[in-house]
Formats: sequence, structure tokens, C-alpha cells
Amino acid sequence: MAVFLVVPTAVVVVQAFRTDDGAPTLGNVRELGNTDIVHALVNSVLLSGVTAIVGAALGAVVAYAVVTAAPEGLLRRVVTAASGVLAQFGGVMLAFAWIATLGLSGLVPTLLRDHLGTDVDTSWLYGMSGFMLVYLYFQIPLMVIVFLPSLDGVRPQWREATESLGGTTWQYWRRVAGPLLAPAFFSSTLLLFANALSAYATAAALNAQSTFILPLQIGNAIGSEVVLGRQNVAKALALEMVVIVAIIMVAYAFMQRRADRWLAR
Amino acid sequence: MSATGRRRARFQRRLRWLVLGLAVVFFVTPLWAMAVFSTSSPHGVTFDTWRQLLHVGQLSRDYPSFVDGVRLSAILVVLTVVLMLVLLVPTMTWVRLRLPALRRPMEFLCLLPLTIPAIVLVVGLAPVYAWVTYFVGPSSVWLCFAYVVLVLPYAYRAIDAGLSAIDVRTLSEAARGLGASWPRVFWSVITPNIRTALVSASFLCVALVLGEYTIASLMSRNNLQVGILQLSQRTPAISVAVSLAALVLCFLLLIVLTLATGHRRKERETG
Repeated sequence: MAVFLVVPTAVVVVQAFRTDDGAPTLGNVRELGNTDIVHALVNSVLLSGVTAIVGAALGAVVAYAVVTAAPEGLLRRVVTAASGVLAQFGGVMLAFAWIATLGLSGLVPTLLRDHLGTDVDTSWLYGMSGFMLVYLYFQIPLMVIVFLPSLDGVRPQWREATESLGGTTWQYWRRVAGPLLAPAFFSSTLLLFANALSAYATAAALNAQSTFILPLQIGNAIGSEVVLGRQNVAKALALEMVVIVAIIMVAYAFMQRRADRWLAR
Repeated sequence: MSATGRRRARFQRRLRWLVLGLAVVFFVTPLWAMAVFSTSSPHGVTFDTWRQLLHVGQLSRDYPSFVDGVRLSAILVVLTVVLMLVLLVPTMTWVRLRLPALRRPMEFLCLLPLTIPAIVLVVGLAPVYAWVTYFVGPSSVWLCFAYVVLVLPYAYRAIDAGLSAIDVRTLSEAARGLGASWPRVFWSVITPNIRTALVSASFLCVALVLGEYTIASLMSRNNLQVGILQLSQRTPAISVAVSLAALVLCFLLLIVLTLATGHRRKERETG
């Protein structure tokens, strides 16, 4: 297993600094300063950031709604199963689902045209805002999955204790549950960020030609047979992603440790 | 229950239905759109597309590369699940019993793939697969090695949860005390007790392999997802129908799985 995980990563790191002939160079890394690539990086971070924060907030609300139901009930099972499928299985299929919904002859534009007589322009689906919407479709379920256990760790006794001391609901959330859940919430958000950052399948299926986010840039650089030397630029791009994800994951580990202190069973 | 408690329960119930209602609208609309898309034609609703899906012979004649993709994905699913189980279950049990000091490093190693995006892995995998091709041949089924790595974090968590729920040490000591050999302890004591965990780990594995697109497509292999994407360029209706069918099937499988495990737990509590 080391061969299939460690070696590829090492290859990425080493070859990011090599030319196609194997000579050491900083050219590939310098290429990262390219306006196109900087643009992709900014877009990627923006896309991941927005969908992580919005997805985490909405996912937490859904998870809370599920937790208030019976723990062994059917509702909870259905929601967990659906979240599992949507979070894991997505990729290409999710892109299709949204094209069927909002594409040129999709469900929503057709309905609006037939019943309200208005033509809506949904070409934004293939741009930044469209990507955000589609990404939320797998970010929210992922949040539900990773946040549910933390919510389960909150004991009802804590609420009773707050109440017997005269605390209101607001005070309970503000002073007890909020601070307790905050590390778990933030660490889940970071996980969502990393998840969105590395998502490739959905983006490729939605809009393979464009290169406005990093994974698509890498994909194109790998597939490029026209411009020589792009192969190692792909490695430099990959290195850039590893660095970003590494930063995220260090923050994640830190948050996780704080969360475990309170919510460990 | 106190008055505030009752009021809160009522509030929570309303909130629950509101939130879940909205969630259902958001998550079901695209699926519904897929259903509409795959059954619409210039002459109204038709089920031609779905009927076509059932004719395997015709399908393989019209879309050979798609059927190839399905076949490869099916093989990869089986290989990856088997490889994952063979690799992970004995090792994890052994580490738990004999080498507790290795637990942290092992956990770290298993969760590592979560931190390295698949797209990065692809970039580095090319030279590795040049070696694989050199040693064991160019077949696409060796993608299963990469997939095992991808599924490790999820499988590890599932199996770890299963092993934590039983007392591995006591069980195996009891069995050893009664004269069972190590393989026998493993086969007839440990494995049956963590069956649920094994099933859910395998299921995660299945979902991941069936849904994998990045590695296969960038290494120019033709699996289910790559096939679907190619299909969509020729006959969008069929590709959408296949996607919907796969999503729904996966969902139903998971539901059945959770219901089955739920029953088992109840049996244990009452019995």
C-alpha cells in the first residue's frame, strides 16, 4: 500500500522540480505564478470555501433536525443512507442530475417556460455559481454524516443542568452546546473544504473544457498532448494542492483534538 | 414532562419537518428531473429508454465500450472488496491483540489517503503503473490496488468501530484456552462477531469503486463512470437513466443494510 500512496506523492514532489529530461528546475513551480493558474487557485479556494461554510451550516441544521427524532427510527436511517449515497457516489452522476434540472431543456426552465411563459437563462450552471450549487449537493450530505456523531455526543443531561440552574434556551446554545460543538463543527468544515478542493469528477462532467479551477487545470495538463512539458506542470500543480490540503489537515487535526476532549464517549 | 419540555418537543417537531421538507425538495428535484428527462420524448412520456436498458444483448451491440466499462467496474468491485478485507481485517485484529503500540501509526497510515486528493494521486501514479504493467501485465483490473488505497480510510473506520464493539482480547483468549488455533479463532470467533462492520466496510468499498471517475478517466481506463460520460455524448437519455438507476439502487441497498443491522441489535438487546 505504501507503493500506491507514498510513491505517487513522492513522485509528485520530486518531479515538480524537474524538466521532462530529468534536469532539476524551478520552471514548473515558476509556472504557478501564471495568471491563468493563479486565477484557478483563487477560484478553487473560493469555491471550496463558500461551499464548505454554506454546506456545513445547512448540513448541521439537517443533522440537528435528525437528532431530535428517535435515535433508532426509520427517519434517521433513511437520512443517513441517503447522505451516504449522495456524498460518496456522486461525481459524474450528480452533474447529470443538475443538467437535467437546470440545463437548456431541463426540468425547471421547461416548467417555467410552459407555465409562466418566462425564459430563464441557466447558463450560469456551467460557471462559478452553478458549481457552487452542484457542490452543495454533495457537501451537505457529507456534513450530515460527519457531524451526526458529534451531535450524538451532546448529553441531554447538560441541557437539564442548564435549565435547573435557570438558563434559557439561548443561554444553553450560547454557553454550553455552542462552545462544545464548535471544534467539531470547524473540523467538519475543514474536511468539507478539502473535499470540495479535490473534487474532480463532478467538475469534469459539468464543464471539461474550462480550466477555471485547479483540479480541471491538472486534468487538462495531464491530458495535454499538444504542449510539451505540461506533464511536469501537472506535477507542480499537484504539489500546490498537496500543500494547501496539508495546511487544512493540520488545522483539522488540531480542531479534532479539541473536539475529542469533550465529546469523547 | 414539564411545560417547557412539551413546548420544546413541539417546536423541535415543527423544525424537523420544516428542515427535512426543504432538504427533500433540494435533494429530490434533480433526481426527479433525471426521471423526467429519461422518460420524455417529442411524443410525451415514454419508457423506451428504460426498456432498452433491460435488453443486455442489444445494449452490448450498440454501446460496446459502455458494457465493457460496466464489466470492468464489476470486476474491480469484487477485487477491491476482497483485497481490502484480506489486507485489513487480519492486520487490524492482530494489531489490536498483539501490537497495541502500532495502533496509532496504523490509524494514521490508513487515514492518510483522505488527505491526498485523488487527482494528485493520479499524477504520481503514472510511473507506478508503468512498473505494474511491467510485472503483471497491462490489464485494467490492477486499478484495484489504487482503489484499495482510496477506500482505506472509510474501511478502517468501519472495521475499527466493529472491533471496538466486541472484546477481542477476552474472546480470543477464551477460544485459545479452549484449544482453538489462531486461524480458527479468527474465522469462527472474530469474523462472525464483526460481520456488520465487514458488511458496511464492503459496501462503502462498492460505492467508492462504482463511483470512481478521476483515476480511471485520467489513466485512460474505461470503467462504469467513464462509460457513462461517453454514453452521455451519444445518447444522453440512456446515460441519465443508468445514473438514476445506480443512485436509487445504491440507496435501497444501504437502507436494507441499515435495517438488517438494526434488527440484529434489537435481537441482542431483548434476547
